[in-house]
Amino acid sequence: MNFNLSEEQNMLKDSVARFVQDEYDFESRRANAASELGFNPKNWQTFAELGWLSIPFDEAHGGFGGGATDVMAVMEEMGKGLVVEPFVATVLMFGGLLNKSANAALQDTYIEKIIDGSLQGAFAYLERQSRFELADVKTQAKRDGNDFVLKGEKTVVFNGAAANKVVVSARTSGEQCDEAGITLFLIDTDAAGVERTPYRLMDGQLVANIKLNDVRVAADHVLGDVDNGYPIMDAVVGEVIIALSAEAMGIMQKLNTTTIEYTKTRQQFGVAISSFQALQHRMVDMFMAGEQAKSILYRAVCAAESGADDLAKNIAALKVMIGRNGKLIGDEAIQLHGGMGLTDELDVGHYVKRLMMINTTFGDADYQQQKFNRLAYTD
Amino acid sequence: MDITFSAEELAFRDQVRTFLSENWTEDLASRIRGEDQEFKAAQIEWQNKLNDKGWLAPGWPVEHGGVNWSVTENFIFETERSLAGAPDVVPFGLKMVAPVIYGFGSEEQKKRFLPRILKSQDWWCQGYSEPGAGSDLAALKTKAELDGDDYIVNGAKVWTTYAQYADWIFCLVRTDASGKRQDGITFLLIDMNSPGITVNKISSIDDHHSLNEVVFDNVRVPVANRIGEQDKGWTYAKALLAHERTSIAAVADSKRRLRDLRKLLSDEISGGRPLLEDTQFQNRLSNTEIELMALEYTELRVLASTADGKGPGVESSLLKIKGTEIQQAIQQMYMDLAGYYSGIIHGEENAETIGHAFGHDARKAYMYGRAATIYGGSNEVQKNITAKYVLGL
Repeated sequence: MNFNLSEEQNMLKDSVARFVQDEYDFESRRANAASELGFNPKNWQTFAELGWLSIPFDEAHGGFGGGATDVMAVMEEMGKGLVVEPFVATVLMFGGLLNKSANAALQDTYIEKIIDGSLQGAFAYLERQSRFELADVKTQAKRDGNDFVLKGEKTVVFNGAAANKVVVSARTSGEQCDEAGITLFLIDTDAAGVERTPYRLMDGQLVANIKLNDVRVAADHVLGDVDNGYPIMDAVVGEVIIALSAEAMGIMQKLNTTTIEYTKTRQQFGVAISSFQALQHRMVDMFMAGEQAKSILYRAVCAAESGADDLAKNIAALKVMIGRNGKLIGDEAIQLHGGMGLTDELDVGHYVKRLMMINTTFGDADYQQQKFNRLAYTD
Repeated sequence: MDITFSAEELAFRDQVRTFLSENWTEDLASRIRGEDQEFKAAQIEWQNKLNDKGWLAPGWPVEHGGVNWSVTENFIFETERSLAGAPDVVPFGLKMVAPVIYGFGSEEQKKRFLPRILKSQDWWCQGYSEPGAGSDLAALKTKAELDGDDYIVNGAKVWTTYAQYADWIFCLVRTDASGKRQDGITFLLIDMNSPGITVNKISSIDDHHSLNEVVFDNVRVPVANRIGEQDKGWTYAKALLAHERTSIAAVADSKRRLRDLRKLLSDEISGGRPLLEDTQFQNRLSNTEIELMALEYTELRVLASTADGKGPGVESSLLKIKGTEIQQAIQQMYMDLAGYYSGIIHGEENAETIGHAFGHDARKAYMYGRAATIYGGSNEVQKNITAKYVLGL
């Protein structure tokens, strides 16, 4: 048993930490988020050069062959820097779906383009009505000779504005909420009938709604089997939840450190406010929330690395705790910063907003708790 | 990051399971739940079975009877023990005074006391808290004055668990009141049969006799029973506290309690449906289970860092706080599950003929469970420790 990173993983983590240190002060981050693409393409090339874009791909495809631990090491440090470059959307979601697609032709074409930094990807899974139900899919895909024709609308597509290629979930059979009957298609965002509406979210990400007006896709652009896309989505979403949780853990650590430092310098009643027991105990609560979140993250990472039977239960538990403890830490960080915590100028509020978006993504704490209950308490 | 068990570790787990199935019997389990002498005899019988196997004091140095288990082996043993429903050892001798003796005691003290602790021939209790010294332990006033080759001890210790069974008590006493409070404290081992010792029972809200007051009236204690140097007792005692807090977390026991609770909830019918289907109850269960899943890994992280020679650090306060909060949440759920029957007082009627037999035990655990957030340094004191030593506030 050990909870240490390997030498290679430590180097990877350090290289991300160094990048954040050197290239990602808060003003640069603000400028990157506000730019046309929603991130800085120069940084993306740096990611490619440093090999980060190759992490989850097989060595056969020129990848690094990394697992959940490698992804965690990277995401934790990205969290500390509030990095907006779409590592999750392009590499972990789009790339993760390709990895599980069993479609060698698509893998051969696109994985190397992800790794060299020339392709931006996205995963369009959400629809207006679906809230957190991945299987709630109304978008229709109708067979027409060697093609499918897609009609419907996808919402809040992460990196949807910058993506060249998007994987879309669409219904080829079954009822609106059935898991069976969902098929995954890889489409080109320049294809006829694709209509994008970009907009920004509170955490600075540039996303898009994507309307599909009879978009034609060749049948060889199906990921996995027709009608059987759901298990692929579900597995990739599990991996991404672990990655986002690692990002959240980095954010929680950053907020805890920042808050402690601030209370040591802020003077009121003639003393540093860190000397007040009422505030000390709140900071201990923040510390405990962060440590517990770290532990359950390690637990989920170990379960993923070993392919444990109860992986789904571990992931649901992780997402519950990341949501709840993230909220506790975020709210307390603002409270202990007093009026300054409310200013847009200070980075604290921006870290908190990112935690809030992570809580919502792929099901908030309440939703994930219901899922946990079903897995744990249904005979 | 690796949590998978090796083939050797899996074989060890099988060995532990075999031992438990052969030695932790229904009969023993029922006697250990009994009162007074029946409990004491059964607890000693169980500890002797463990000792015969060589597993009673795994954490001790090998030359004194320890087994040098890895963190993983320790984890496996604790998990299997508690899943089988077998109790932990009584900690006062094996886990509390023994490390002080082999850590700071003389060769003669090691030879005299350690073998008797291993054979459960001496029952120990802990003399730390006093009427005027609880969370503020260094305020203790029980006095020891040198008189020839003896100390003369006067004062009182309180909340002394199982003093009524004890042959020996380890005490922190004041030998110097002139300087810094922590500097004038001495660690003494005192024979409970010494003239001048009175044990007064304290009735507690759980209807079980575990707490006592121990009064010392001119009790003579040979200087040979002093650990280390005079006035240095605080240092010896402090080395232990982190360990005590770690074991109070009782993660493995809480796992078993939750597993058993889940079963009881699926048997309990409310409005025609199993109570386990009640969404309110499900949420309470999962709130606790998720915290416990995390705490299990927090404990493993602390243990792994200890094995790397880094701890058990001050993070043990976190284990104590979260572990006891989880215990109390579980106790509350047992109470609410028992409903009316949580009011049953065992012994007045046959609980089985009235309603749930577990009602009495649920209440006992709940009422005594209030102590967990108080003893071992109250949870508020743990927060002070964490604020100071971990967060640097």
